[in-house]
Amino acid sequence: MAGSTNFPGLEKVKHIVLVLSGKGGVGKSSVSVQLAVALKELGNKVGILDLDLCGPSIPRMLGVEKSKIHQASSGWVPVYITPDRNFSVMSIGFLLPDKNSSVVWRGPKKSAMIKQFLTDVYWGDLDYLIIDTPPGTSDEHLSVVENLQALKLDGAILVTTPQAVSLVDVRKELNFCHEVKLPVLGLVENMSGYVCTNCKECTNIFSSGGGKKLAEEFKLNFFGSVPIDPSLVEQLDISATGCDEFERYSKFIQQYKSSALYEIFTNFSISLQNSLN
Amino acid sequence: MSQNAAVSEPIVPENANEHCPGPESEMAGKADNCEGCPNKKICESAPKGPDPDLGEISEKLKHVRHKILVLSGKGGVGKSTFAAQLSFILSDDETKNVGLLDVDITGPSIPTVTGCADMIVHETASGWTPVYVRDNLAVMSIGFLLESSDKAVIWRGPRKNGMIKQFLKDVDWADLGDEETGAQGLDYLIVDTPPGTTDEHLSIATYLRESGIDGAVLITTPQEVALQDVRKEIDFCRKAKINIIGLVENMATFICPHCEHSNPIFKPTTGGAAALCSELNIPFLGSLPLDPRIGKSCDYGVPFVESHPESPAAQAYLEIVKEIQNRL
Repeated sequence: MAGSTNFPGLEKVKHIVLVLSGKGGVGKSSVSVQLAVALKELGNKVGILDLDLCGPSIPRMLGVEKSKIHQASSGWVPVYITPDRNFSVMSIGFLLPDKNSSVVWRGPKKSAMIKQFLTDVYWGDLDYLIIDTPPGTSDEHLSVVENLQALKLDGAILVTTPQAVSLVDVRKELNFCHEVKLPVLGLVENMSGYVCTNCKECTNIFSSGGGKKLAEEFKLNFFGSVPIDPSLVEQLDISATGCDEFERYSKFIQQYKSSALYEIFTNFSISLQNSLN
Repeated sequence: MSQNAAVSEPIVPENANEHCPGPESEMAGKADNCEGCPNKKICESAPKGPDPDLGEISEKLKHVRHKILVLSGKGGVGKSTFAAQLSFILSDDETKNVGLLDVDITGPSIPTVTGCADMIVHETASGWTPVYVRDNLAVMSIGFLLESSDKAVIWRGPRKNGMIKQFLKDVDWADLGDEETGAQGLDYLIVDTPPGTTDEHLSIATYLRESGIDGAVLITTPQEVALQDVRKEIDFCRKAKINIIGLVENMATFICPHCEHSNPIFKPTTGGAAALCSELNIPFLGSLPLDPRIGKSCDYGVPFVESHPESPAAQAYLEIVKEIQNRL
C-alpha cells in the first residue's frame, strides 16, 4: 500500500476529512467552506481541496475564482485566502482558462487529476484538510479513498437535506462508507428551514427532521440542522471584483460572524475537533 | 447496421495535442501527434472504431420520435423533479406515449419522484419491460434493479457506461400502447442525467448520436454558483453538438405560505438565468418558483400539476412544457 512518502505534500497535514453527500445541491461546498472558516477562526490552519472537477464551486464561494496556481519546487502552491496563509484552497477552477470552459472527462482522467492533486499540492502545515467532493459514489470518491486510506483519512461528514429524495441518496452514501471502510464522523442536515424575511414565520421548504431521524436510525453523530440563509447564498455568490482576495475574506468573515450560522458551525467545529483529538 | 456510425466530429479533450486524431478514431493514442499528449495512455487502451452496439441502439429507438435530455452542471437544482413533471405533463395527453429514462446511476431519484420506488423491473424475451406509472408513461431507472434502496452503486465510469448502453439497447419501450391506439413506440423519451459533464453525459451523447437527440433542456437555480456550472454544461453541449432547447430557472423565488411575501432565497446576484441566456444566446424557457408543495409532491411521487392545478408554479410548468413542445 501507499506510504506517506507518496504524498509529500500531505506529510504535515494532521487531519483529513471528506465531505460527502449522495445527492447534489444539498450544500456540500457551502458546508465545506463554512466548516473551514469556523475551524480557522478557532485558531486552526485549514485547507480545502475541491474534488468536484466538472463543477467546482469553492473558488467562487471564497472570492478567488480569478486566482491561479503557482508551481514551486516542492509542488503546486495552493491559493491562500488569508494573509497569514493559514487558509488555503486548491481546485481545478484555478487551472481552467475561463469560466465558460467545461471539463468533459471520463473516469480515468478524473482519477489521474485527483491523484495529482493529492501528490503534487504542497499544503505545508495544516491542522485540517477538508476535501469537498462531487455528488455520487463513483470515480472521484473511490480514487480519493483508495489513495488516502493507507495514509490518513479521519473519516467523512455526510450532508443531506431533510426531504425523502435526499435521504434515499444519503443511505447509499452510508452504504458506500461502510463498503470502503471509511468512518462516518457525523451527519449535517442543511436547508432545514427558512425564516421569511417579512413575517418571521419558519417554513420547512424541504420538509424537516429527516436528517436527525436518519442519524438516530444509524447511530451517527448528528452535527445539527442548518437553516436556509439567503444572505449566505448572496455572500458566497457575489463576485470579488474591486477588492483583492484577502480583503474579500475579511469582509466575508465580518458579516458571517454576525449570522446565526456562525454559531452553528463553531459548535459543529468544536464537536468535530473533540471527536478527532 | 449503419456504415456511418462515427460521422459527427469526435469530442477532443481540451489539453490534447494539436491535430488530435480524436479519442474515438482508429489512430487514437497511436498517431504521431499523440506523442507526449497527457491522454495518450487512455486513448491507446480505449476500444477503437465505431461501436457495433450503436446500430442496435438506433434500431431499438427508431420508434422514438423525440429524445430530450435534461441536464444541469450543478446538482440539486431540480433535474429529476423537472424531468418527472415534464413527463407527467406530456403524458396528460392520452394519445402520447412517454418514456422516462434515469441515467443517474449512483443517485437515482426518478423512482421516488414518480412514486414507483418499490417496483422491480421484469425481463422478457425482448428485453427489460419498464415500469408503467401510467398507461402511457413508462419509467426506467437503476433504482428498479437494486435489491434495497440503501444499497450504493459504487461504480467507476466504464461500468456506468455499460449500464447506460444496456438501458438504451435492452429496454423495451416500443410496447407502449401499441394495440389500442395503434401508436407504435414513444412520442417522447425524456432522459434525466446526473450533475456534471462526465461519463454518463458523454455516453448518452455518443450512444444516441446515430439515432439523434432533439436537444437538451438545461436546468439551473438563479445564483451565480449554479450559473457557473451551467456555463460548463453549455460548453459541453456545444462540444458534443447537442442542440440546446433552452434554459429553465428553477427555485426562482419562495412565496411564504403564511404571508405571501416573495423571498429570493437563491438571489440572482448576476442577473439570473435570463441574463445568462441573452449573454450566451440560448433560449430562456421560463422561471419556476420554489414552492414547498413541489418538493412534497416529489416525496410522495404524485404529479404536482395535477394535485395543485391552481398554483402559480403549476401554471409556470405548463407554460414551459408548451414552450418546449413548440421548439421541437
